[in-house]
Amino acid sequence: MSGFEIRHPRSSGELFSAFTRLALQGFGGVLAVAQRELVERLQWMSKEQFVELLSVSQVLPGPNIVNLGLMFGDRHFGWRGAIAAVTGLLAVPLLIVLALAALYASYSDVPQVAGALRGMGAVAAGLVLATALKLAGTLKRNPMGLAWCAAIVAITALGIGWQRWPLVWVVLGLGVFGYALAWRRLAAPERAP
Amino acid sequence: MSAAYFGLHGLDWIDLLQLCGHFALLSLLAVGGAITSASDMQRYLVGQQGWIDALQFNASIAIAQAAPGPNILFVALLGWSVAGPLGMLATMAGIMLPSSALTLVVSRYGRSRQDTLPVRAFSVGLAPLTIGLLLATGWVLAQPSRGHWGAMVLVPVTILFMLKTSRSPLWMIGVGAVVGALGWA
Repeated sequence: MSGFEIRHPRSSGELFSAFTRLALQGFGGVLAVAQRELVERLQWMSKEQFVELLSVSQVLPGPNIVNLGLMFGDRHFGWRGAIAAVTGLLAVPLLIVLALAALYASYSDVPQVAGALRGMGAVAAGLVLATALKLAGTLKRNPMGLAWCAAIVAITALGIGWQRWPLVWVVLGLGVFGYALAWRRLAAPERAP
Repeated sequence: MSAAYFGLHGLDWIDLLQLCGHFALLSLLAVGGAITSASDMQRYLVGQQGWIDALQFNASIAIAQAAPGPNILFVALLGWSVAGPLGMLATMAGIMLPSSALTLVVSRYGRSRQDTLPVRAFSVGLAPLTIGLLLATGWVLAQPSRGHWGAMVLVPVTILFMLKTSRSPLWMIGVGAVVGALGWA
């Protein structure tokens, strides 16, 4: 990573405000913003570290971004950091969601509201796809090799997105396969292409 | 409508405990986020218990999607529409605590052994799966745009905006809301 220096959050308070800031920018999901804020703006982690945290977050049950915040906060300030990150993610957005629910109750039949929701939904889809494309660059340096990585990405994306296979089987099947392959390549790197 | 939305629905403490317990069970099954278990929440709250109706259920998800913050907050809205603030506490505690505790335990275990082969193979081997899951999520979120030309243009425009500029994604969210409100999405 040329010209990239990892910085560190200074306190739980700074974690809380950073996660509040990124949660408030995250419409239709926070992951896209999390990548931009934590990696690009604050430089608290590299792209590779982000993918690593995200991988574990996705395999464990629970909301990915909450798991990511828990682990990142815990690494820096123990359970206090974990709580700071998660309350940052949830507290202010919760108030906004409750206020919106109250508003929605009065304006749900206005066509402009439905249109705006659809427009924002399309943008949310684009944000997630852009994040995937950005992070895909990290696979070039993956010890499993680009061909295997591309195959796993394609099967996962098509299987879940298009064929709607049950998530648990895809994660278990491809997860175990990827784990075994990575284990082999890491244990005997000289045999890797 | 608003009185019904925020009202207490006459649940007792046993009901609240059951509500919390059911969401705690889903918490541990929800690999990939709470939205993956939304179909079972619908079955339980609408079908089995009859605490809310299908419209309230769908509105909760749509509102949480449109608001800033993690999508998990739709669970808070579900709880609120079942039994007000206490219901919200029950569903959120249920969905958050078990998975969070597991995450912290696994994270600390992995952290203390991060240079060992089993832990390195985990992060290396799961990286492509992670990126595939993101693509799939993007695909699923884009489905309601099909057949709406404006929305279908917004998706690639947003991708280009994110890849080519370093501006905040909020700009695109604003564009999406305006385009949609004008009836072009």
